[in-house]
Amino acid sequence: MTVVDATAAPARTTVARPRPSTATVFLAVLRRDLLVTGKELWVILVQVGLTPLFMLFVFDTILGAQGVVGRSFADLFLPGIIALAAFTTALQSVALPLVKEFGFTMEIEDRLMAPIPTGLVAVGKLVIATIRGLLAAVLIYPLGALVVGSAPWRPEGLPQALLVVLLGAWIGGGLGITLATILPIQRINITLSLVVTPIIWTGCIHYPWPRLSTIPWYQIVTLFNPMTYVSEGVRGALLPTVPHISPWACLAVLTAVAAITTATAVRGFTRRAIQ
Amino acid sequence: MTSRGTPPTVEVDQLVKRYPKSEVNAVDGLSFTVEPGEIFGLFGPNGAGKSTTIGILTTRIRATSGRAVIGGVDVLRDPVGARAQLAVVPQHNNLDRSLTPRQNLLYHAAYHGVGRRERESRADDLLERFGLADRADKRIEAYSGGMAQRLMIARALIHEPAVLFLDEPTNGLDPQTRLLIWNRIHQMRDRGVSIVLTTHQMNDAAGLVDRVGVVDHGRLLTLDTPTNLVRSLAGRSILDLTVALGPQGDVDALLTALREVSGVRKAEQLAAPALPAARRPGGFGANGRAMGPGRGGPPGPGGGRGLPPGLGAGRLAALGLGAAVGTLPSARARAGTRIRLHLATDPAALLGPILTLLSDRSANLTDVRVSEPSLEDVFIELTGRGLR
Ligand SMILES: Nc1ncnc2c1ncn2[C@@H]1O[C@H](COP(=O)(O)OP(=O)(O)OP(=O)(O)O)[C@@H](O)[C@H]1O
Ligand SMILES: [Mg+2]
Repeated sequence: MTVVDATAAPARTTVARPRPSTATVFLAVLRRDLLVTGKELWVILVQVGLTPLFMLFVFDTILGAQGVVGRSFADLFLPGIIALAAFTTALQSVALPLVKEFGFTMEIEDRLMAPIPTGLVAVGKLVIATIRGLLAAVLIYPLGALVVGSAPWRPEGLPQALLVVLLGAWIGGGLGITLATILPIQRINITLSLVVTPIIWTGCIHYPWPRLSTIPWYQIVTLFNPMTYVSEGVRGALLPTVPHISPWACLAVLTAVAAITTATAVRGFTRRAIQ
Repeated sequence: MTSRGTPPTVEVDQLVKRYPKSEVNAVDGLSFTVEPGEIFGLFGPNGAGKSTTIGILTTRIRATSGRAVIGGVDVLRDPVGARAQLAVVPQHNNLDRSLTPRQNLLYHAAYHGVGRRERESRADDLLERFGLADRADKRIEAYSGGMAQRLMIARALIHEPAVLFLDEPTNGLDPQTRLLIWNRIHQMRDRGVSIVLTTHQMNDAAGLVDRVGVVDHGRLLTLDTPTNLVRSLAGRSILDLTVALGPQGDVDALLTALREVSGVRKAEQLAAPALPAARRPGGFGANGRAMGPGRGGPPGPGGGRGLPPGLGAGRLAALGLGAAVGTLPSARARAGTRIRLHLATDPAALLGPILTLLSDRSANLTDVRVSEPSLEDVFIELTGRGLR
């Protein structure tokens, strides 16, 4: 560092220093998380890949071979698994690190001291979570197809599937940030399970929603779970012949929920960041 | 250091913070200013509200009321603008453990909009200056407390802030690291950076800070230069005695008797004699007096005060200024009761009466040391002895 003449220096400090552009700072914060994502890629793969792949293996290969479930079940199930991977990866990969960063290592503080609005740091986290969720969905599709031996393939449905998965990941990320910042950290593991498990199991991953009409009360319950619309949206895109909730309804609900979780995530994050 | 004509870089006016669910204000109407190129020491007992104040000034804590301006930017109205002016080294390690030490510097600089080539050259330079160049690409977890602290300070400097906040920058560090850090802080000051620091190593900091604000219970007790603060206790010195009590020795009776001696303002027993002073809670008169005003290193000519010769009831050792308290062989220290006398007069004049008093009670004086009041004594005088 060059030595600055001590007598000349004070004049420098009287005027407020120019602040860097918000975009520059935001991208730097994002770049940090991308770097860390890159470093942890295999962790994410194991985290997301294992459970859905085993589910597929058991439900299709094992139970299918025993004749317990029909051959077409895998086709119904795979879209649900893609939706699940996007949602849970986004949620888990943001929630637990955030709990750690806020509660134990405090390493988020350096980014909170960056000259951008604190809410944007939360949005950065949300973007990264979404990218991770998308990545998981994109990876689980071919891997699942490998396990099952076949997969529904409908190129013209891919844009819709991608959009739904993106919204699903975004919602998962938003929910993850919200939970990580508002739940008491001492009991974060149990509270997280309490919220996340029902979302996974009532989210129409294993079955198309219209077929629940035989259990009307349950059909109503699942409507309150955003996961339902992610599963249905992906299923409708890849298997249009199977009865499903209308794609427009799915997109509308998901967009609304995404907006709400973004708001709660930013709020929870800001509250946690500034006492 | 204060330059007339230029507005202060830090202005704090009637700052109040009450944490939710708290009965009292953690910061209670604090006001002070810091000029460009000034080092301002914020001293106070544990829980006085120092970190809370720094938290507010660095936008991490929202003030309940009051005003704070950093580098011309109102912290409460424009926190983003304020963050561009400042850097902070917090009390706890908050390095980014997912990054290497070098990346910690590079990313921090990037968060503050420093261009790539510039931040790389600054990072190299800072790693060098903080003695971390050969460990720049290790894992953060492998860093010792001192290395982490140096890295945090380097990180704070990389975007060249106008105001630097340091919350106990030398806590728990070895003397070498402390010296390095004080030295770097000095250099920052010379570059025109305003520095606000808290520390419990006041006598260390006394030679460094331009002004000191002493806070307790969130309120400012006093604000002045170290020299003026110490001068306020002028003529007062401290006499530390180590005494081997006689068979029926009663410390309380002895203390009462000592208080009767004219010129003794206060007599008290010091706790835990066997511990080196630096490790005692509060560490009275312990750390690095060498940097305090009027204390110049090891006792030399003029450093020690002459004692009347022939007073040798026991070992009259280690007299004089700057002598570290912890130099006693601990076995001997353990054998004695440590008593501190606060004097209103010249200690040499009091030694005679005190020795008479001791030998009347068949108590044996094993060690004596005299010290001038230091910033820490001023601090104790202002904030009292009680634990927070
Ligand atoms: N997050 C918080 N919530 C509630 N009270 C708090 C919080 N942080 C600090 N306090 C209280 O505010 C007061 C001031 O604390 P602060 O950390 O500012 O003290 P300090 O001067 O930095 O002390 P130390 O020298 O121990 O670091 C204390 O009474 C503390 O208990
Ligand atoms: Mg503190």
